[in-house]
Amino acid sequence: MSTLVDYDDAVARFDPVIGIEVHVELGTRTKMFDGAPAGFGEEPNTSVTPVSLGLPGSLPVVNGTAVEYAIRIGLALNCQIAETCRFARKNYFYPDVPKNFQTSQYDEPIAFDGHVDVELEDGSIFRVEIERAHMEEDAGKNTHVGGSTGRIHGAEYSLVDYNRAGIPLVEIVTRPITGAGARAPEVARAYVQTLRDLFRALGVSEARMERGNVRADVNVSLRNTPQDALGTRTETKNVNSFRSVERAVRFEIGRQAGVLDEGGSIVQETRHWHEDTGTTTSGRIKSDAEDYRYFPEPDLVPIAPDRAWVEEIRASLPELPAARRRRLQGEWGYADAEMRDVVNAGAVELIEATVAGGTSPAAARKWWMGELARTAKQQEVELEALPITPAQIAALQKLVDDGRINDKLARQVLEGVLAGEGDPEAVVVARGLEVVSDDGPLLEAIDAALAAQPDIAEKIRSGNLGPVGAIIGAVMKATRGQADAGRVRELLLERVAQG
Amino acid sequence: MAGLARIDLTPAEIDRLAGELDVIVESVARVSEIATPDVPATSHPLPLTNVFRADVPVAPVDRDAVLAAAPASQDGKFLVPQILGEDA
Repeated sequence: MSTLVDYDDAVARFDPVIGIEVHVELGTRTKMFDGAPAGFGEEPNTSVTPVSLGLPGSLPVVNGTAVEYAIRIGLALNCQIAETCRFARKNYFYPDVPKNFQTSQYDEPIAFDGHVDVELEDGSIFRVEIERAHMEEDAGKNTHVGGSTGRIHGAEYSLVDYNRAGIPLVEIVTRPITGAGARAPEVARAYVQTLRDLFRALGVSEARMERGNVRADVNVSLRNTPQDALGTRTETKNVNSFRSVERAVRFEIGRQAGVLDEGGSIVQETRHWHEDTGTTTSGRIKSDAEDYRYFPEPDLVPIAPDRAWVEEIRASLPELPAARRRRLQGEWGYADAEMRDVVNAGAVELIEATVAGGTSPAAARKWWMGELARTAKQQEVELEALPITPAQIAALQKLVDDGRINDKLARQVLEGVLAGEGDPEAVVVARGLEVVSDDGPLLEAIDAALAAQPDIAEKIRSGNLGPVGAIIGAVMKATRGQADAGRVRELLLERVAQG
Repeated sequence: MAGLARIDLTPAEIDRLAGELDVIVESVARVSEIATPDVPATSHPLPLTNVFRADVPVAPVDRDAVLAAAPASQDGKFLVPQILGEDA
């Protein structure tokens, strides 16, 4: 094992080139080649049919909606849509593919030659060229049993669930991404994030990373200078969060630099990503086993998207994320830097939904970019993976706006919602967090505070309002933060005026 | 070829199949002689395109019946032997 080269050192001496394959599960109601329901989280092997189990004699028929979605993706990525294309069999033996081949597209993808502009953290735009986008089907899910780690190595046997087998996928392949230099990891992350936003805007997938709706394979290679030919690449599979995409590219750059520094050469291989350690390890070496013996799928006829249909789909494309962000920024009145932070945090949809729930844009931003962003960072999850919804944030802010809780209490309510204690209203009731609106207990607390600090009380009585904060603070403390500070002030001043 | 297709063959079977494959390969070679570059490749014999199905779910098959036909199962899943024995 070579030593890892410090990242800055590695990118100072080598030119990294990356390539990214993104698989997105389409949100159709049924699978790619048969009417089995394409659900999420059902009991194992309950969304299967003879086709998705690859039973003898079963025949596939293409899901027309999946083709339409693939064309939408292709058009949004500025691709050419094939006049005619076909499916192919990719032959390999693995139990998650019950037919012993995956139905995919090989030499004739439905979309090709596109590009997408990716916005980086500093607001600059990086163009990523798209080689192709093709249709295929997902595989089933293996659970490895036995062995110490539950991973594939050392497993005694495997259990297979075919619910996912046959779910429509579109795989999007970039051309080699050059010229990113030290920003290669950031470009990789921003690219995957841009695609995720695009899938959602197009309505072709829920595109939830944590559910595996969007999965990325990242290819990395190094060369001495941008003038050199491309170096040998490695492919790190199944990097399934934005953060991991960035980390995996970064790690591979440092690792490969270490190998090259010691006079070694990079082996073209598949590598596994380890979320816990932030490292990759060697998987399969590309060899004979990679001979997929592709051939045209004889059970499916070619797809020749009618040009009028393609134009109809183009005309129906929704506002795409970049344009939408500009519009929302205008509506919300955020500064450029604020909007950029919101975008980078993946909070655009969350804030939009919160604002739709009646919250002001400023308050929505305060919650998602403040407490919640901090919580997500602590837990090392994406913002949207937090167990709280925009509707709950809107409800929480309404409690504040109605004066039923103050900001301090609101943070406790938030904590309760995140802890799974229910909606804000339920947390307020269960934890007894409502602001004390009854003047009686407040007056008692004010009297007690004045009695406890006679010097201050005297100053206030003599018209010096400077130290009222000390009394209000004492009252807030006595009521465990459940008093409305404004009301306490009013009552205090009345009290003092009464002598 | 048997290795790629994961088919276990006896030496006697390999001898017999090698002869049969020769005949197939020769036949294909003769077709290739006729198929000059100006003849477009055919991947499908039917003059059809765009055969699509509406995105409407059908009833899935009964899980117990399917699992009963499998060599082994556990927890509602198909049980298969250790994976990656050969290319781990």
